Amino acid sequence: MQDVNLGPFRRIALFGGIYSNYLSLERAIALAKAKNVDAMIALGDFGAFGPHPDRTVEILRASGIPTIQGNYEESLATGAENCHCGYTDPRDNAFAQISYDYTREKTAAAHKAWMATLPPQLRLTIAGKRLLLCHGSPRKINEFLWETTTPRPFIEKLLSDHAADLIVCTHTGLQWQRFTGPGRGVVNVGALGRPANDGKPNVWFAILEERAGDVAVDFVPVDYDHARLAREMRSEGLPGEFVETIETGWWTTCLEILPAKERARGRF
Amino acid sequence: MNAQSSASSGFPIAPLFALDTLWFQVAGTLCNLECTHCFISCSPTNHAHEMLTLADVKRHLREAEALGVKEYYFTGGEPFMNHEIFEILEETLCQGPVSVLTNGVLIRADTAARLKRLSDASEYSLDIRISIDGWNAATNDPIRGAGTFERILGGVRALASAGLNPVITVTEACEGAATQDGRTRFFDFLRSIGLPQPRLKIMPLLRIGAEEQRLRAYESWETLKGRELTPDEAGVLQCTGCRMVTSKGVYVCPILIDAPDAKMGETLGETARPFTLSHQACFTCHETGFSCRT
Repeated sequence: MQDVNLGPFRRIALFGGIYSNYLSLERAIALAKAKNVDAMIALGDFGAFGPHPDRTVEILRASGIPTIQGNYEESLATGAENCHCGYTDPRDNAFAQISYDYTREKTAAAHKAWMATLPPQLRLTIAGKRLLLCHGSPRKINEFLWETTTPRPFIEKLLSDHAADLIVCTHTGLQWQRFTGPGRGVVNVGALGRPANDGKPNVWFAILEERAGDVAVDFVPVDYDHARLAREMRSEGLPGEFVETIETGWWTTCLEILPAKERARGRF
Repeated sequence: MNAQSSASSGFPIAPLFALDTLWFQVAGTLCNLECTHCFISCSPTNHAHEMLTLADVKRHLREAEALGVKEYYFTGGEPFMNHEIFEILEETLCQGPVSVLTNGVLIRADTAARLKRLSDASEYSLDIRISIDGWNAATNDPIRGAGTFERILGGVRALASAGLNPVITVTEACEGAATQDGRTRFFDFLRSIGLPQPRLKIMPLLRIGAEEQRLRAYESWETLKGRELTPDEAGVLQCTGCRMVTSKGVYVCPILIDAPDAKMGETLGETARPFTLSHQACFTCHETGFSCRT
């Protein structure tokens, strides 16, 4: 499929995995508008983890925000039996399955059909640099690009293979950036749905903008009513482990996939 | 063997999608232990593959950089028997994330502190993976050698004290390790020895090398002959994304270094071609979906 090219921009907001956190999404949209962005773009995984998955999708569809597929949208659209998150540990996979089964049951058929229409990637330019927006990596929707295991030579190979200057992705839930040259590199925008395993309940999105002829990245913290989300997760019967993460900012599941350094920064 | 003759041989062929994972047989087949399940029969006297030098590793790192390799693994034998191991790790950590597979018995406080400094100095992750084959000496020592359980734990504790959190690797030679109960028991055990964030990798047995004598070799039906590889299955196979450097050349994967036809060339570039899955160990990778990487 030919990538859709959205054209040139000056300042954009990028939303990583939302994981049904419609409350943080509402806040992030307000924050992004206040920062006068030209566009907001969501990089997939609208469902999972949180409550009432349709609420997130309805906000996205009503706002007309350009979106791409994450592994969740791909799985939901194709009727897959699991989320294809890419975990390798049985406990992680068991929690991922709870999350997926809940989301699949609660997502309207019309939304699943809409997910099937989403592109897997988008292209645009900022400051003349070619940005490639994807969910995991340009070569695989569920590839994890972590800060401490995505080395510079590998980044250069991805950029060269996919005719891009800057790859913008999510999927890991942790925000980071690595530049191999001016306007060349990878930006992982983190996640709106789940805190960054740092003991703080806020979540993150990224703003990319033209600055001094180059692309600059700002990660923006989003405070939202996480206590309300936690209450709704409890009343929906979602696992206590998920609720704990929303309340404390520490990951309690999906830990085994973390590289050594990212794991060491967390509590569990 | 080219793709054409492979096709006629009836075995599936694994392409190389991208060289993501580069292995170094940094200690050759030389080891301070002589585990009864070792699929390449490492021992203090097995010189089938010799130690790699810093110069050997550097040469391949230059090529790996140009190819955009994503991660590096060092194994043996016992990597900490290689006198240049710290220089090798330091050099590699400038280029990408590193994992070292060790039996842990040579890791003392000074070794662990030095590894922590190497890790801290790099922007990438350094993972130490320690093999142990049971929750106690009674299960581990018959496989890894008398007294090794306590010596391995010494290495684990030294790393933990230095602030490194090793991945503990267990093979299915430890009965029940792969079950949910076995995993829970291991996680509890690892917490009890000072690892608050226990990390565990369970490996299936490869019925080659010393393991052929310990339990059994592959049966004749355990082969991929006549099987077809779906794209999804190919994506899971580690040989579609890795190569292994030893003192003898570059091999398809970390498992088949005793198979002469698994040597694919002298340089990484020469190995950028498909491999025929004609070995019985290929059956294990295919059936279990397992990878030697963490």
